[in-house]
Amino acid sequence: MTTVSGLPGQSSPPVGSAPVLTKVDPDAPRHRVAAGPPVQKAPPAKRFGGIDAELGQHAVLSLIGSVSVAWLLYENLLPTSGAIGFWLLAYALFLGFFGVISATTLDREGVVDRLIGAVVSTAGLVMVAALGGIVLFTFLRGKGALANLNFFTETMALYGPDAPLDKGGIYAAMIGTFEQVAISVVVSVPLGIATAVYLSEVRGKLARLVRIVVEAMTAVPTIVAGLFIYALVLIQLGRDGSGFAAALALSVSMIPVVTTTAEVVLKLVPNGLREASLALGTTQWQTVRKVVIPTARPGLVTAVLLGVARVIGETSPVLLVAGFTNELNYNAFSGPQLSLPLYVFNGLRQPFDVAIERAFGAGIVLLSLVVIFFALARIIGGRAPGEMSRRQRKKINAQMAALATSTSQEDPR
Amino acid sequence: MSGPSQDELAGLDGLGASSGRTGSNAPTIVVEKAPEPRAPEGRTIAQRPTTQDRAFVLTARGAAVSTLVIMLLIGVFLTLGAMPAFRQQGFGFLLENEWLPEAGNFGIASLLWGTFVVGLIALVVGFPIALGAALFISEFAPRSLKKALITLTDLMAAVPAVIYAIWALFFLQEQLLGVAQWLSTTLDGPLGFLAVAVPDSPSSYTSSAFIAGVAVGVVIIPTMTSVMREVFSQAPVGEREGAIALGATRWGMIRAVVLPFGRAGIIGGTMLGLGRALGETIVVFAIISPVFDFTTNPLESGTNTIAAHIAIRYSESSGIALAGLLGAGLVLFFFTLTINTLAGIVVSRSRSGAATEI
Amino acid sequence: MTTFDTSVTEQLPAVPVSAFKPAALVAESVNAWFGTHHVLADVDLTMAAGEVTALIGPSGCGKSTFLRTLNRMHELVPGSSLSGRILLDGEDIYDPARRPIESRRRIGMVFQKANPFPTMSLYDNVVAGMKLTGRKITKAETDALVEHSLRSAGLWEEVKNRLEAPGSSLSGGQQQRLCIARALAVRPDVLLMDEPCSALDPTSTRRVEETIRAIAGEVTVVIVTHNMQQARRVSDHCAFFLAAQGQPGHIVEQGRTEDIFERPRDARTEDYVNGRFG
Repeated sequence: MTTVSGLPGQSSPPVGSAPVLTKVDPDAPRHRVAAGPPVQKAPPAKRFGGIDAELGQHAVLSLIGSVSVAWLLYENLLPTSGAIGFWLLAYALFLGFFGVISATTLDREGVVDRLIGAVVSTAGLVMVAALGGIVLFTFLRGKGALANLNFFTETMALYGPDAPLDKGGIYAAMIGTFEQVAISVVVSVPLGIATAVYLSEVRGKLARLVRIVVEAMTAVPTIVAGLFIYALVLIQLGRDGSGFAAALALSVSMIPVVTTTAEVVLKLVPNGLREASLALGTTQWQTVRKVVIPTARPGLVTAVLLGVARVIGETSPVLLVAGFTNELNYNAFSGPQLSLPLYVFNGLRQPFDVAIERAFGAGIVLLSLVVIFFALARIIGGRAPGEMSRRQRKKINAQMAALATSTSQEDPR
Repeated sequence: MSGPSQDELAGLDGLGASSGRTGSNAPTIVVEKAPEPRAPEGRTIAQRPTTQDRAFVLTARGAAVSTLVIMLLIGVFLTLGAMPAFRQQGFGFLLENEWLPEAGNFGIASLLWGTFVVGLIALVVGFPIALGAALFISEFAPRSLKKALITLTDLMAAVPAVIYAIWALFFLQEQLLGVAQWLSTTLDGPLGFLAVAVPDSPSSYTSSAFIAGVAVGVVIIPTMTSVMREVFSQAPVGEREGAIALGATRWGMIRAVVLPFGRAGIIGGTMLGLGRALGETIVVFAIISPVFDFTTNPLESGTNTIAAHIAIRYSESSGIALAGLLGAGLVLFFFTLTINTLAGIVVSRSRSGAATEI
Repeated sequence: MTTFDTSVTEQLPAVPVSAFKPAALVAESVNAWFGTHHVLADVDLTMAAGEVTALIGPSGCGKSTFLRTLNRMHELVPGSSLSGRILLDGEDIYDPARRPIESRRRIGMVFQKANPFPTMSLYDNVVAGMKLTGRKITKAETDALVEHSLRSAGLWEEVKNRLEAPGSSLSGGQQQRLCIARALAVRPDVLLMDEPCSALDPTSTRRVEETIRAIAGEVTVVIVTHNMQQARRVSDHCAFFLAAQGQPGHIVEQGRTEDIFERPRDARTEDYVNGRFG
């Protein structure tokens, strides 16, 4: 549970820098006085944490025992086969062995503690393994497609789904994804951040209702968002499916993500900064624009990036409203437009191995984009919004000073 | 708190005024009577915002209202679009299990059932793993691992559904066929409905509600994990130490403190996961072979859910059939909205913060 | 200075609870660190069996850290480390062969802020330690244990009719005494108290102090306090901790409480007990 960073001994000042410890009254241990601070020597410290050696031994023993017994049973006695069955059996045996071995040194509570620890660690491992498995599997199945440069520069317009890997590619899909995500950023970021500013700065009567509704919106299934744009744009307005319609559907998913994240970030701006600015006689707008938003900027960027990471891979809304084509279409406002998630989805339904491999290839690109945006969001938003870099702090202070002088000259009305 | 102090302030005001006067009228000592106690009058503080601020507030409010309107429009458009179907079918829309719009006979009963079955299987698979993983991250993992695991959980939640879909279709399904076969042949005695027509053929078990459910279960693990972990990590340190100081093991401490504290988080996180599972489209669409009938055997090939049905049928539907799909979407919308709102209420009502101050 | 009116404390019932056996706790050259920060230097202290030892000193002098080394709570802080030995009846509780929970089961602790388990009833709170450590006792024994522990903590008369109420339904002082009862219910040899009254009003403080005096014979008590009058009222022995600026905390002077307060040998002790600093 505890880990130790740094060795205590290293930090202690050299021996002899402090007065020597003397016990004034060594013969009267019931009343002792120490003269001055004691010597800061570096005695061998007990450091806590690390792995309980006995726990490790027991676990390894149980693991070896369970796998070998499971193998024996599986190969010779049980009629079934399959990797999952083997591992389930081995796992059950492991828990049994682990419990029995632990019982040699622990009481019942201790054994239960260890078994729960084992089960819970397994759950954590399963989750990590699932993510790792998904990434690895996608990569292994799709790397062949990525090996050909044409995969990034050509489209499938001229080729059938069974074309070899050195023909055709995802260029049209990448253009579509880029345009659609860009349009949805343009639509949803101003709206989302302005809504967040309303919630955290203006705090009007509507705030409660808006917050509840936005919260509810984050959880609306994306297929419903797609259906909404389908009903609005394709049915009511009678337009055909297009990249723009897809972008609108993505915006429905993106607005609540940007709004909720941005609100959290704006709320983290210390109130003192707002009051300091207002006390200089600034208007609320000046305070928001020159103090609140610059302070929260890294967090706001994170909000946008998280929104992008969330919608870049959305498939079901795009499926409904983007129409279908293999052609390259630069114009998002007219005619159907392909995108990466759609490309993956169409590919996985083809009966040809090359098409599926291309789908996995597009999956790698999509996954990489998500990871990049996600990592960027983490790096930029890594600092808590209240705590600024020194450069930022300087900038804010300079702006405060500038505000003070400018407001004294400006007519406040 | 306000009444007497304002009286005092009024008194002080009087003194202040009198001392000012004594200052000017040099040596004369003016003795003032104590001011009559008067009822404090609340003043309305008039704000005269600048035009700039007025514009700012209006803009922000406009954005907030637009967001509200978009949300309302989702409901409005789906309702308007679905009206013909509701008008024709009435309550039958919820009870009918056929989908023959041309013949004037359609409803979503079997879709609701399929959605429920897939959602339930997803929870059965996802819940234990999510609960275990959340406990592991918040209680068992070493500090150095904790941050990485939290990031991984968030990343897993950000992986697009279509990636889960190809993984489930080409990897998970193959792994699960043996399990499905084993379950079917082992349990068909007590649970006769699990028997399939051709038990020896693995293809009897492909594209089933079971496989779709397990895949969706994997999809919802990170959602549930992060909600539960968040709540667990808020369990008060004082109570944790109290349990540990009594000589409790780590699990004893979790049982006595963390789990009771995190109960709302467990329930709320599970409901959020369920909401996501019910609305999951692409993963289900990729795996199932759509069958418009009640799924009686989740292990056997063929099932359907509302979301997948919409995605499968939208392109070939028009008129009353399309209205039916919009109606199905509206039902899904209300279901998930209800579940998620309840989940939100449960999580926010959890004992986090408030009651830990003693 | 330990003349204390214990007549208000309730008579303990004659119940079949095995006798308490207070144990001596001896710290031998204990040093403690948080990361690279040296917070405690060369503490030698004997906490006599069945008596009350008070650890006094200004804030930040390491007395709470020292207390937490005594039942291995110190190591729960990430990055913490320690040297020296803590002997419980002659056995080092930090012996590699001993598990932390074994020591904690024998050395109970009461915290600065009362921390009853809010989801458990009063009854369950008192027996929580027994349940958590997996000790099986009959219903009758449990009832007797609950009554005995609550009486020892001076809380029985106030709560005997509402034992099923949740632990958080009590007032602050009652909650603290509930925590004392909870700690006593596992029949520890030593009870550590980390400023148990700092969050309490004077009346509740008085009740807790009475409780401490009443249990003193049954269990060794070590109490951290920065209320010198409290140390004077409840303790038999005192240890005065002090940390110079940037230096680790250490014991300046230790001895019988009346000696420390009336015949301090160190000038700093005299200044402190007379309220000239801290």
